[in-house]
Amino acid sequence: MKEIMSLFGTLLGFFQGNNWQMFLMWIIGGVLIYLAIKKEMEPTLLLPIGFGAILMNFPGVVKHVCQCGFETMDLTLEKCVECGGEFTQKLGGIAEPLETLYHAGIASELFPLILFIGIGAMIDFGPLLSNPKLMIFGAAAQFGIFFTMCMASVFFPDFRDFASIAVIGAADGPTSIVVANTLGSKYVGAITVAAYSYMALVPIIQPPVIKFLTTEKERKIRMPYKPANVSKTTKILFPIIISIVACAFAPGAGSLIGFLMFGNLIRECGVLDSISETAQKVLANLITIFLGITIAFNMTASQFLNFETLLIMGLGLIAFIVDTAGGVLFGKLYNIFAKEKINPMIGAAGISAFPMAGRIVNKLGLEADNQNFLLMHSIGVNVSGQIASVIAGALILNIFVPML
Amino acid sequence: MFLYFNPMKFVENLKYMGIGMLGVFMIIAIIMAATYGIMRFTSGKKKNDNQ
Repeated sequence: MKEIMSLFGTLLGFFQGNNWQMFLMWIIGGVLIYLAIKKEMEPTLLLPIGFGAILMNFPGVVKHVCQCGFETMDLTLEKCVECGGEFTQKLGGIAEPLETLYHAGIASELFPLILFIGIGAMIDFGPLLSNPKLMIFGAAAQFGIFFTMCMASVFFPDFRDFASIAVIGAADGPTSIVVANTLGSKYVGAITVAAYSYMALVPIIQPPVIKFLTTEKERKIRMPYKPANVSKTTKILFPIIISIVACAFAPGAGSLIGFLMFGNLIRECGVLDSISETAQKVLANLITIFLGITIAFNMTASQFLNFETLLIMGLGLIAFIVDTAGGVLFGKLYNIFAKEKINPMIGAAGISAFPMAGRIVNKLGLEADNQNFLLMHSIGVNVSGQIASVIAGALILNIFVPML
Repeated sequence: MFLYFNPMKFVENLKYMGIGMLGVFMIIAIIMAATYGIMRFTSGKKKNDNQ
């Protein structure tokens, strides 16, 4: 009985002090796991992130200790300063292996870059090559990134933070991670969670914005698909030329575009089918497992539960809305000058959330007119958004890295 | 809790918005031109192959 009372006392003791924040992080982790399993929202990432968030929030996992002389003491910051010691972080439990993975895979940017090989191997640039002018809509839909950068600078004085927060609008997890890490933002965890959460919420965020900005008549505009005869040589040359152009004009995009296009070259060359399949499935899955749980290394209560995180989530939502609006409005602007009208909704597919954004536009087209098939056009714009978002991330690095 | 709030920063950073969007459009335009170039080059090659 005494032991049970003692255990009960220990459990009650857990909720004292700041430990309630850890409990709140368990709830957040639980919500992420629920969304991943029940709602199937980006389960490959939200599930490991959610589980990792629970594991990272236990007493002793991340402990602040005072190195006072040769002694390590459990003191408050004030007392530590009084004794002239150094206040440091001591990791225990799961934080130790996760820290190793974090430095090896995320701080070094290796995981997101390797993941890009898998993504590149999954993308078929055929619809885009059939109609290359669609690329311009991918560029227009990056407006949300730069608008959010200005918005974020109102609340975050450090350029490393506001520039990193803006890249949530790239709707591209690996690019967000690479930019936030390269700039050294202290909000990498919150930025990554926001990027992946909103990518999963694209089917909820985009339709109301698209409907608000377009009329029924515009949504009914049909776009006949005339597939051009894209030769194998074109498909092989495309990733090579894109890499050369991107590296020459936006050196910051070198690694991201290079790995993405390397994956695509493996797919299109026709002599590496088994490697292409491995990159698309095994490699992408393997990296995703580690990426998710390693991101959770930054999801400790002290780092995550603050007003800034809420603000980052809000700014991320603005980024996605403005991206969508930018693409649609550019489509409407294009129609003013073009002889052959396009359906302005395809502009919304320019955010790089692939292939969800493309599918949503097609669905909305079919809702307005059950014979209005926009899928091939919207997927073309969607893959161009993938390229444009990486270029936008690289340009942000080009602007801000010299200031570091 | 201290909340930083400086609306003037929005205006100050508009220049980066301009540079960024211009940069994205320019690079995409170059990529588009290169793509049309590849398409033209490879389609011409195909015709020659057929002959």
